[in-house]
Amino acid sequence: MTKHTYVYVTYIVSTPEKVWEALTDPQVSVIYWERETVSDWEVGSAWELRRPGHGVDVVGEVLESDPPRRLAMTWVRPAGHAGVDMACRAAFDIEDAGGKVKLTVTHTDLSDDNLKGVSGGWPAVLSNLKTLLETGGTIPDPFSAR
Amino acid sequence: MTPDATDHMDLVFKALADPSRRLLLDRLFAAEGQTLGALADGLAMTRQAVSQHLALLEAANLVATVKRGREKLHYLNAVPIHEAHARWIAKFERPRLDALAALKQHLEGDPE
Repeated sequence: MTKHTYVYVTYIVSTPEKVWEALTDPQVSVIYWERETVSDWEVGSAWELRRPGHGVDVVGEVLESDPPRRLAMTWVRPAGHAGVDMACRAAFDIEDAGGKVKLTVTHTDLSDDNLKGVSGGWPAVLSNLKTLLETGGTIPDPFSAR
Repeated sequence: MTPDATDHMDLVFKALADPSRRLLLDRLFAAEGQTLGALADGLAMTRQAVSQHLALLEAANLVATVKRGREKLHYLNAVPIHEAHARWIAKFERPRLDALAALKQHLEGDPE
């Protein structure tokens, strides 16, 4: 099966530290993602993407952790999850772009089915993250337009 | 929207207002991570024209690039399209319009 890579870029009027916090603090991620990103974010540690009230969507291992610049991890479905299998990797690169932050999400080793899920998901997640950091608010019902 | 976001939306709509640039986005949708050479291959445009179109698409953040050695790989970046959709299309939509679009697609035999 062909493996795909997808790259998403968004520019956010914020600081690298705030973007890092938004990606790694479950109390912030739940606001724009409706999911908690849970880990101690040390290389080799486990991480989880938890959907409150619905269990765990994704688990994996932290591969790289360089706050507030780069975070990379594996993405695997937990045992018994009803969703499409995945065994892929995602990396977040956070760069200062002069008063703005360039956030690049690179998702690699995606199957054809993963690509469909990911390409529907990331734009909504990143748009909502941008809105949260820039305005303090979120988009109403951000995941309904998929 | 903030003035900055409005400027960016202008860039997105201007970038999309050209058939050659939409064709390049379609080609990136079909196969991600292409070089300039691969994207220009088989098109009735000079490599230089393709390069200029890609620069405009990148300025609008519709295309993201990743350097791999000496090569520059191009990826379709769907984030601004999602933002344009959320801001300018989704809010005017009604479920009935979706039903009409489905009917139109069915009657016209669009395989999508």
